[in-house]
Amino acid sequence: MPLSQDTSHTRLDAAGVASGFRRMAPLCLFVVVFGMAFGVAAPGAGLSQLQTLAMSALVFAGSAQFAALDLWGPEIPLIALIATTLAINARHLLMGAALYPWLKGLPTAPRYASMLLVSDSNWAMAIGDFQRGERNVGVLVGGGIALWLAWMLGTLIGVTFGAGVSSPQRFGLDVIMGCFLLAVLLGGKTDRRILACWMAAGLAAVAALKWLPDNTHVIVGAIAGGVAGLLIPPKASAAQDDAP
Amino acid sequence: MNLPTADFGAMLAIIIMGAVSYLTRAGGVLIMSRVPIGPRVQRFINAMAGSVLVAVIMPVALDGDTAARLALVATATVMLTTGKTLAAIATGMATAACWRLAFG
Repeated sequence: MPLSQDTSHTRLDAAGVASGFRRMAPLCLFVVVFGMAFGVAAPGAGLSQLQTLAMSALVFAGSAQFAALDLWGPEIPLIALIATTLAINARHLLMGAALYPWLKGLPTAPRYASMLLVSDSNWAMAIGDFQRGERNVGVLVGGGIALWLAWMLGTLIGVTFGAGVSSPQRFGLDVIMGCFLLAVLLGGKTDRRILACWMAAGLAAVAALKWLPDNTHVIVGAIAGGVAGLLIPPKASAAQDDAP
Repeated sequence: MNLPTADFGAMLAIIIMGAVSYLTRAGGVLIMSRVPIGPRVQRFINAMAGSVLVAVIMPVALDGDTAARLALVATATVMLTTGKTLAAIATGMATAACWRLAFG
């Protein structure tokens, strides 16, 4: 059994949470700005201040929340709302599946509680850590808490002070997120096999962006990369890929 | 099926949205706990992890302006040469900011 599946040392403790929180903090500044944009947009679409805050607290997923605003009106089409939320957040399914080899070392309650605040950036940070041999799930949880607080703070500032931030793109949030995720991606160990998988993922994502419905590109790309990994056998010399 | 926004309808819709979001967060872990993880599944998962990031980054590279693309290139360059995450991100942001300042 490869070392990366060794979950005997998986743990969740305060030191790990604190470390995840600290390391996620620099990015949180930008999440506040994005939260402010939502805090301004949501009341504009007809949500009360309380509802806006509740949505940020419970849903905690920017793109799904902005998409929901398009459906808001005197009546809310429930099926469309559920379908949109599912479609945009479906990538979490894959992200959770990727974490499972590490999370399975935790008892059931903390295992599922750890997934409460998963989003792109803290997941990326955690999976990078885990692949390097880190076994403390606190990194995931602490990063999630930092992002959630920043998201709530931003939403609160937005609903309280109203106008100001209309297009978060201007502040380069998409760029910093992209840079962060790219840095995490390249921080891991790579070889030609994994590069081929990423190539497949990238091409599939581009194709999905071009020809498939919105928000499907992450799932399509991730599954394409996974299938490539399944089909390309690791070389005997590359067996250490599986080690942390 | 429509929910009226009045009364508790909107709040109910928000709670349902939150529940669906959590289901997607917990669902992957739940499904994998029922799947026996052999070497093939392990290979799929390992390749998928990085692939999620590649797919998330794609629109920034594709739809982004020149500043965004240069930021990604700068980040990749610093990351691959120094391996320092924060330095890589800072360089990327600085590159985008300088470009927008000069040409934006």
